[in-house]
Amino acid sequence: MRFLSLYRHARPEGVPPSEREMAEMGRLIDEMTRAGVLLATEGCMPSAQGARVRLAQGTFAVTAGPFAEAGEAIGGFALIQARSREEAIEWSKRFLKVIGDGECEIRQLHDAPDCMG
Amino acid sequence: MTATDTHRAIDAVWRIEAPRLIAGLTRMVHDVGLAEELAQDALVAALERWPESGVPDNPGAWLMATAKHRAIDLLRRDKLLDRKHEELARELADAQDERMAQSDAHLDDPVGDDLLRLVFIACHPVLSLEARVALTLRLLGGLTTDEIARAFLVPEPTVAQRIVRAKRTLAEAQVPFEVPRGAALVERLAGVLGVIYLIFNEGYTATAGEDWMRPSLCEDALRLGRVLAGLMPKEPEVHGLVALMEIQASRLPARAGPNGEPVLLLEQDRARWDRVLIGRGLAALERAEKLGGVRGPYALQAAIAACHARAPDAAATDWARIAALYAALAEVAPSPVVELNRAVAVGMAEGPRAALALVDALVEAGSLRDYHLLPSVRGDLLRKLGRLDEARMELERAASLARNARERALLLARAAACAAAPPTERTDRPSRSTR
Repeated sequence: MRFLSLYRHARPEGVPPSEREMAEMGRLIDEMTRAGVLLATEGCMPSAQGARVRLAQGTFAVTAGPFAEAGEAIGGFALIQARSREEAIEWSKRFLKVIGDGECEIRQLHDAPDCMG
Repeated sequence: MTATDTHRAIDAVWRIEAPRLIAGLTRMVHDVGLAEELAQDALVAALERWPESGVPDNPGAWLMATAKHRAIDLLRRDKLLDRKHEELARELADAQDERMAQSDAHLDDPVGDDLLRLVFIACHPVLSLEARVALTLRLLGGLTTDEIARAFLVPEPTVAQRIVRAKRTLAEAQVPFEVPRGAALVERLAGVLGVIYLIFNEGYTATAGEDWMRPSLCEDALRLGRVLAGLMPKEPEVHGLVALMEIQASRLPARAGPNGEPVLLLEQDRARWDRVLIGRGLAALERAEKLGGVRGPYALQAAIAACHARAPDAAATDWARIAALYAALAEVAPSPVVELNRAVAVGMAEGPRAALALVDALVEAGSLRDYHLLPSVRGDLLRKLGRLDEARMELERAASLARNARERALLLARAAACAAAPPTERTDRPSRSTR
């Protein structure tokens, strides 16, 4: 099964990670790739470059970034193939341990089910 | 965290860490069975302690240290060689340093080396194919015996016994814990790839039971393949196999209709193909090609799969290239099934007349006599040539040979259509032989 892990950071945006953090993150990504778990991952540019698009009762509302509220801005995502939700949780913990305070929202994705034929 | 949550968390940690744990322990005790027992003991200790103490910061290192302690206890109890004991004690002391040193692991990767040795032990030719599959899923895939039994639709005791026997066989044969070298490596690697692809195919087109696909088994095989690619990054065929599996798996969402019925490749809704997996597959294929792997059987099959993946719709398929790739595949891995697939591709590229000559040669050779796809393909070509009576007879014969009820129904419908309609009114119906 596959999971989307959506990361929201607690620290203010725009603080670049230290070299050490970068190296640790590189190692974790390498480990997850070599374990066959990580299908894709990207980090987001600061939310100032982003926007929110809403449709309410037929009317669009577009809000340009930044989204200042702590824990609101999405920092990145990982697409994970795991055998259980718990395994996805464990990998997300390892990710957070490297990147620091923040939150990962883990969502299972629709997959082709084992099907009768 | 409730106790159940903790147990689930431990289970997840176990699945992530077990292969490396067992691999490292096998190097120490030179016995896969004992190594697995020690790892299991560590797991039991974790299940006792972690619900109270919480999951430690580095659970993998905790499990390894615990297992190594048990190993030393056991060796003491059994009064095994002092030298071995000292070796273990030293290793234990080094355990901490090892974890630290893992930061530079990829220059000289002891953990990876052990894992690779474990791969070659699990797929060792002294074992039966079933035993290799079970042991690989168990030791490297982190599956339980019960999960393996369910995946292959055999009773759990059968799988358990297979695994026990396999471990005994390995011990009795004194199979060394090593990666083969030179010419042996080529042969043994082909064996490992064969085991992984067999697992994938069992998930892709199940040979037994009611399900005709079990994507979870495909995922297990994919994961094993990716791990192997990480361990042997310079072997083109490993990337070839990964590419083939990623691209084939990309079609899983489109391979079954609303009622679970099979949907043939050329009739699949390509919008449902998984673009992430296709991208990964094409990248893996590129790696295989860069390493000079264009002639390996897996890389060739991946290249064929890539032709379909790249075509925006069935009509845009590059059949000439597929036919050429099948010809190359027939050279390195000759088989009548490959030849039949080549005939289908030639038929699409050059027309039915050229393909019929190839198919007739196969009929002449007689090796596919009971294979329903041979008369199915032949019937199709005859229909396109307007020889409808012959086409109908071939398709009916194909139906009588087909074992799957859904396929039989489809073939009978096609046979009936030959009797009813002139060929121009029908669109080309693809053969099932390319998937």
